[in-house]
This record gives sequence, C-alpha cells and structure tokens, in this order.
Amino acid sequence: MLEIKNLHANINGKEILKGINLLVKPGEVHAIMGPNGSGKSTLASVLTGNPAFEVTEGEVSFYGKNLLELLPEERACEGVFLSFQYPVEIPGVSMVNFMRTAVNQQRKYRGLEPMSASDFLKLMREKKEYVELDNKLANRSVNEGFSGGEKKRNEIFQMAMLEPRLSILDETDSGLDIDALRIVANGVNALKSAENSTLVITHYQRLLDYIVPDFVHVLYNGQIVKSAGKELALELEEKGYDWIKKEVGE
Amino acid sequence: MNIEQPYIDLYNQHKKAIEKNSSLVFNGAREKAFIHFKKLGFPTDKMEPYLYTNLRKAFEPDYGLNINALEIPINPYEVFHCSVPGLSAHLYFVVNDQFYSNLTQKSDLPKGVLIGSLKDYAKTHPELVEEYYAKIARTNQDGTVAFNTAFAEDGFFMYVPKGVIIEKPIQLINVMRADVDLLANSRNLIIIEEGAQAKVLLCEHTMDKVTFLCNRVTEVFVAKNAIYEHYKLENTHNKMTHIGSLFIEQQANSSVLVNEITLHNGLTRNNTHIALNGEYAETTICGMAIGDKTQHIDNYSLIEHNNANCKSTELFKYVLDDTARGVFSGKIFVAKDAQKTEAFQTNKNICMTKEARMHTKPQLEIYADDVKCSHGATVGQLDENALFYLRSRGIAEPEARMLLMFAFVDDVIGKITVPALQDNIRMLVEKRFRGELSKCIGCINCS
Ligand SMILES: Nc1ncnc2c1ncn2[C@@H]1O[C@H](COP(=O)(O)OP(=O)(O)OP(=O)(O)O)[C@@H](O)[C@H]1O
Ligand SMILES: [Mg+2]
Repeated sequence: MLEIKNLHANINGKEILKGINLLVKPGEVHAIMGPNGSGKSTLASVLTGNPAFEVTEGEVSFYGKNLLELLPEERACEGVFLSFQYPVEIPGVSMVNFMRTAVNQQRKYRGLEPMSASDFLKLMREKKEYVELDNKLANRSVNEGFSGGEKKRNEIFQMAMLEPRLSILDETDSGLDIDALRIVANGVNALKSAENSTLVITHYQRLLDYIVPDFVHVLYNGQIVKSAGKELALELEEKGYDWIKKEVGE
Repeated sequence: MNIEQPYIDLYNQHKKAIEKNSSLVFNGAREKAFIHFKKLGFPTDKMEPYLYTNLRKAFEPDYGLNINALEIPINPYEVFHCSVPGLSAHLYFVVNDQFYSNLTQKSDLPKGVLIGSLKDYAKTHPELVEEYYAKIARTNQDGTVAFNTAFAEDGFFMYVPKGVIIEKPIQLINVMRADVDLLANSRNLIIIEEGAQAKVLLCEHTMDKVTFLCNRVTEVFVAKNAIYEHYKLENTHNKMTHIGSLFIEQQANSSVLVNEITLHNGLTRNNTHIALNGEYAETTICGMAIGDKTQHIDNYSLIEHNNANCKSTELFKYVLDDTARGVFSGKIFVAKDAQKTEAFQTNKNICMTKEARMHTKPQLEIYADDVKCSHGATVGQLDENALFYLRSRGIAEPEARMLLMFAFVDDVIGKITVPALQDNIRMLVEKRFRGELSKCIGCINCS
C-alpha cells in the first residue's frame, strides 16, 4: 500500500513535483501518463530515493513506513523496485555478481541467510526464462553494450529476481519491438499478485493492452491533473493532451 | 642540505669492502656510475620527470647499508609463507639486497635454465653476465640508477636459454628485514633468449617496523620471438620507500607484459623503460594502485618505439582515498624510422576525497609519420548514477561503492594470464577495499 500526500520535490533548486497525491492499494495497477518533462521520471526517482532530488514537502508512506526516511537500498529491501527509463551501464560488474549481491543483501535485511550458490544459479535460470533473457547477456557486465530493448528486458529480469511489492515501470515499453513488448508484458503479468502493485509510466496505449490498469492518471506540470479508469488512456491516445491543458486553464 | 655527501663519503671509505663483497662484473661498472651519481645527485622535485615526487627526503634518514654483506639471520623459506593458493611456482627470495641461497631446494627447472644469486653467477659465468650487466640501465640519466650501480653487490639472476619454456611462474619474494633503518640497493638481471618463455612474479614485502628504502634496478633482455611476463605485487608497510627501475629491451617479434600492482605501500616510484628495438615487438604495460592515508604512488614509463611495426598498450588505474597522492607520467617516443607504430595509453583515476590528489601527464614524442597513437586520462569520482542504480536494487552504499571500485580496476587484474594469481589478486584487492589489511601471511603492514 503506497500513499503519497502533497509531494513536492526540487532538483538543483527548481521545483518539479508540485503537490502529488496518489493512493495505490495492493494488487492495483496504476498507469501514469503525461507530456514530456511533466515530472513522471522525477516521481519515480523521488519514490526510490535518488539523492539528486530534494523533497521539500509532503509524505509518502509504504505499508505504514515513512518511505522518505529510508535510504534507497532500504526502500528496495522494503520491496520498491524501479525499472529505469535509462538503465545504467556498469562495466566490470558482472550481472551474476550484481544479482547475487542484491539478492543476498535483501535477504540479510529480512534476516535470512545468504542463498547457496546452486540455489542462486537455479533462481537465475528460472527468472531468465520469464523474459527470455539471452544467456549471453546474463554473463556480461551490467547493461554494458546491451541494446535499448535488451536493457529493458534486463530490468524486468531484475524485477523477477527481486520480487518487489511495488514495481515502478518507467517507459519500459519504449525501445521494445512488438515481440519484446509482449514478452516483457507477460513477464510483468506473471509476477502480478493480489499483494503486489504496479505503477506503469508510459506514453502509449499499446503497453496498456497487455498490462491493464485499474486507474489512469495524467501528470502535468508536476501535478496529477486528471484520474480515471482505463478508458482515459484511449481518449488520450486519440486526442492528445491539449484538452487537458485547457481544462487546467492554460 | 647536501644529502648526497654522506653517501659519497661512504663510498670513498668503503669502496674496497663493496668490491670485495661483490664481483668483478659489478665492479667494472661501479666507478663510472659513481662519477655519474656525483654529477646527477638524487632527483629533485624541480626536475622532470620527478615533478610530483620528492625522493630526496627518502634518502635523508641515517640508514644502515649492509656493505659487508653480513648474513641476515633468517630462513625465509621457514618464516615466510607468501603462498598464493593454487599457484604452483618456483620460489626464490632476496632478503634486502642479498639473494638467499637455499641449498636444500631441489630444482625442477628445465635444462639449461640458470636462476640464483647475481653475484655468484657473475663469478661463475662472467662472460654471460658481463654481456648484459648495466647495459641498458642508464647511469647517466637518473641519479638513483647511478647510485644503485655504484653500491650494488648482489641480487637475482635468471637466464632462460634459446627455445626453453618455463611453464610455472618464477616467484621472487623481496623481503625487507632489519632491526635498524635500512637502505638496500638490489639488482636483478633477467635474460630471455630467442624463442624462450618465462613469467616472473615479484612480491615486495616488509618484515619489520623500521624505515626501509629499497632502490632496485632490474634489467630484462627479451630476444627474438621470446615471451616474457613481469608481475610486481607491492604489499609493504607505510615506512617503506620503493624505487623500482625496470629496463626492458625487446627484439623482433618478442612479446612482453608488465603488470605493476601497488596494494599497500609507503612511497613508491616505478620507472619502467621499454625499448622496442626489433620489428613487430609487442608490449603491454599496465598497473593499478590503491592508496589511502599518506601513501604516494608514482608510475613513470618511457616506451621507445625504435623500430617499425611495433605495438605498445598502456593501462594504469588508481584509486585514491584520504590524502593519498598518485602520479602517472607516460612518455611514448617514436623514432623517425618506426613507421606503422601503434601506441595506446590510458590512465584512469578515482579520487574518493577532495584531499586525495592525482597528477597525470601523457607525453608523446613522435618523429615518424605513419603511426597510430592515442592517449587519454581521466580523474573523477565514482559514477553517481551507477551507485544509485546498485543501491536501488537493495545493495547498501558501502557495498555498492566496493563493487564499483572493484569493477574499476578489474580490467587491470584481467590482464594477468595466470589464473591462480588472478584469483588471489582479486581476493587481496577486495580485502583491501573492504578495509581489511590485505596482508599476505608472514608480513607486516603497519598503519
Ligand atoms: N538533473 C536535472 N537538472 C535540471 N532539471 C532536470 C533534471 N532532471 C530533470 N529535470 C527537469 O525536470 C523536469 C521533469 O523531468 P522528468 O524526467 O521527470 O520528465 P518526464 O515526465 O519523465 O518526461 P519524459 O516523458 O520525457 O520521460 C523536466 O523539465 C526536466 O528538464
Ligand atoms: Mg521520463
């Protein structure tokens, strides 16, 4: 359960989020749409604790915990996951080592013993199948030299490995070909449960055909200016954002 | 202060003893070197290429020199277990500047290979040693090399005859051992004949908490079609000054790899001179340094492309914390006739604090017109985006930083061709980054 109240955030002294309110209950899928530069990725960054952003006002609680007080790694261990719009390349850190460290650090947070090497490899193998991630990729450095689509697939692979309670997918569909889109969406759906919630940031209805949202919100100029059911996404696809901008008086 | 004078007096007073405790071949080069030393003195930090490293201070303390070659009362084979797990190597020791002769050691070296005390081989094989000794270590250019050549009495000798391949690495452990502050001028000579192959791993260690200065000169001759690998792993305490001058001469089609790793030290200056004299010779020189507190690491290299179609690749990485200092200066010289030269140089550095400082300086001197040369240097911090990415998956910040630092130096470690050595260095580097002193068993790292 994620509850965001009147959230304001700055980067380099410039206010980007200007009072966001949002309630996401377990099992729900929320889509966030909105024009370029409206603050969607900023919201994702603030929720996951990116130190580049400064929260100036508001509250975020996640299953009763004050999320804003937690370090990025603690939020992850609480079950918050972000599929990055632009995944980072990290030469020299192997995917295997990265995932093993992440899985074991999260287990440690929950008071569990590290996973044995054989169990871990089994888990890797199993989860790779979710997103049909190529073995070659899993043996390379994190995202190094991955194509745009491969990077997105790798994000969903990591999500499958970590089994978060809240998944934030920031334009995971951009850069994916039609087949990859279906594979990634199926991967996301396979991980969905009555307890897990999903925030899907996207520009296109296409992804929402696969990952069907319970709510669609429009983020504009740092605020959620409109919320409705899944039909809103279709309307936006058809009419663009101008009518919404008019509604809010611009 | 004239810090040279006490050493000049020492030489004049003890010349007889120095000569007596060495060999004719050494003595033949001594007087000229002494004249050069008097002229050059120790380098100052006002002159190239020592601008960022003040070595003179290191020569100031009132050191003991073991001129009379008194036997050091230890058996390193018994007290020193610098074993690299899984590494099967031929093991040798130099204690300060004396080769430690282990008469009980059974040799399973290939036929014709000679390994042992340089002084002894200079006596038993004077023609062989004479032909190479002090031939490429230029005493007229660097006062520390002249000083070494004037005072050196012994060291390590290795000769690999034509076509012979030594499969197992030769591990040479240099142990500094003394009850009082000590200066050692040790000397190594390595000859790899045509088509021969060998790998040498030098480990640098300190056994006592006194101030040490090791001023070493190593000459390596790599003949036609020969392959030579030279690893240096420095893991000493911070009252150690190490000056390591390495001169390598390569003939046609030869291949050399030099990898110099400073895990822990006091003050280090590596001078690496590589002369590519034969066509199609290849050389890779790389290294890494981890420095914290007041550690100081200076790598100077000079690669001379003296003939056509040679290739050199250079890669150095530093991770500096606290107020550590790093210096990298790499000079690439391409002679007029050295057409089709390829020379690539990279130096990347991470400073963890504002106080840590890195000086990096590439220098190209190119007289040929058909060459491919590149150089690049960066000094920065850890990538904040990468750090956040790792943390966003649940990896705690210190662990995430560790992973990134480790990743940063991984390509240098990856150049090691001996798998057991690669694994061991990875383990030592990881421990070092975790702040656990990565001491090999048997040596002291004081802080
Ligand atoms: N590091 C930064 N410094 C200054 N401004 C920034 C920085 N990062 C983001 N911004 C600004 O914040 C605003 C919101 O950016 P954000 O990335 O959240 O938009 P978005 O809604 O995700 O857009 P898109 O649909 O293009 O991904 C933009 O005006 C952007 O220029
Ligand atoms: Mg965005």
